[in-house]
Amino acid sequence: MAPLATSLDVRADFPVFDRGFAYLDSAATSQKPRQVIEAIDSYYRSSNANVHRGVYKLAQEATDLFEGARERVARFAGSETATTIFTRNATEAINLVAYAWGREHIHEGDEVLITHMEHHSNIVPWQILCSERGAKLRYLHVSGEGLLSLDELDQVLAEGRVKLVSVTHVSNVLGTINPVAEIAARARAAGAVSVIDGSQAVPQMAVDVSEIGADFYAWTGHKALGPTGIGVLHGTRELLESMRPFLGGGDMIASVGFDSSTYNELPWKFEAGTSAIAEGVGLGAAIDYLDAIGMDAVRAHERDLTGYTLERLGDIDGLRTFGPRDLDLRGGVVSFEVEGIHPHDLAELCDREGVCVRAGHHCAQPLMREMGVPATARASFHVYNNREDVDRLVAALNEARNVFGLTP
Amino acid sequence: MDDFYRDYILDHYKRPRNFGTLEPHDLEAHDHNPLCGDELGVHIRVEDGKVAELRFHGQGCAISQASASMASEELIGMPIEDIGKLDADWVVDLLGIAISPTRRKCALLSLKVTRGAATGDASWPA
Repeated sequence: MAPLATSLDVRADFPVFDRGFAYLDSAATSQKPRQVIEAIDSYYRSSNANVHRGVYKLAQEATDLFEGARERVARFAGSETATTIFTRNATEAINLVAYAWGREHIHEGDEVLITHMEHHSNIVPWQILCSERGAKLRYLHVSGEGLLSLDELDQVLAEGRVKLVSVTHVSNVLGTINPVAEIAARARAAGAVSVIDGSQAVPQMAVDVSEIGADFYAWTGHKALGPTGIGVLHGTRELLESMRPFLGGGDMIASVGFDSSTYNELPWKFEAGTSAIAEGVGLGAAIDYLDAIGMDAVRAHERDLTGYTLERLGDIDGLRTFGPRDLDLRGGVVSFEVEGIHPHDLAELCDREGVCVRAGHHCAQPLMREMGVPATARASFHVYNNREDVDRLVAALNEARNVFGLTP
Repeated sequence: MDDFYRDYILDHYKRPRNFGTLEPHDLEAHDHNPLCGDELGVHIRVEDGKVAELRFHGQGCAISQASASMASEELIGMPIEDIGKLDADWVVDLLGIAISPTRRKCALLSLKVTRGAATGDASWPA
């Protein structure tokens, strides 16, 4: 067996592993380190107040914690604080763009371009927008190996009708790392706005949104060791300032008259109502935790586990994996199928061995249709996983083949 | 022998009875399990108010396929009006294994489409 390429050993920081699971479903949601759980606990125990209004010390402290988290999240992702908007999740961030930018700028006959490898969260908001506006939703194809074609992108953009391009940074099914900086640049050159869904990217690799240069970049906290209920939208100042608000309410206004209101400045203009304060504080702690490990080390760890998994799964008869073979082009997720066993049954049999894998369409039904499979099983990783987890998966899959009478 | 994936469950999964399509047919329905994307359709030919022939078609996990296969054997010959009275327990008892909440819809999909074909009621069996 090849020596460990990385030496991340942080599992002791994650209390849930006291239960002994081999948790291989981090693409769905990550586990949380003690540091994040404690930050949320401590916020509620000693610093809880509503933010942005109280003049008393406690309210100022809560505001500082929440806004301090925003500053660190912005820096972590290579963005500015004012253009880093907290949302509920990546889905809400994408919907924000579809409503607040899309409704104003997408007209009849325009086209919105996405790809066949998008999560439903980067499909349905555009379907709704296009049907409302009489626009057309188009898809870029995914090759057999799970890659997009920049040539196809160029061809579609050259037709001149695309007003918005929205693409996932890393596929939650194939693991494909898409050339999002290239895509954003080509979209801009063609006069289209670009949106990147970074839900699977930010948790596992160094992401610098200013380097990528997209107009909008969305991601979610709970896949990046943070709590649920907090997501992030980064946008260019110019677009965010020109846009109408998404939701109306408190906190997003400068002043309210009887008939109209003036809106607050960025980023609060897009944060109506009391924010998910504790969750923001928790996300700040998650970012600190990832920063301390270093995102290059996180990426190296995931790359090692992905390579090891592809190698080990390759030894199982009747097993087929999906996605790019080149580890430089894929993140920490491996989708697979085993001939003769439906993914649901695989997941059930893995669960008996304490191995948590996902089975189903992974909220990517168009991609499943393109791949010609009804569903896949999926193993995905984060910092707390190790090769032993993969070994347990392989043992569970072999046992599943036993149960189904597929072994000689 | 496995308590859940019993020999007869796997046998029905691997060699499903009454699978395919039926042309012509009198009744049909098609549905899916939104959770996992399992799909199942049914064609029924009616004679004298009873199920004369029945074919399921689609794809899914061992539980949804075995449930369809095992149900098909019970359904053939059954008066159409009786199908609407079948409930979730009927299928679960037929399968003869403990069905967890996460697999319940897998087990019930075959009855759901059959009731849909026979009565137009497309709700999940209770």
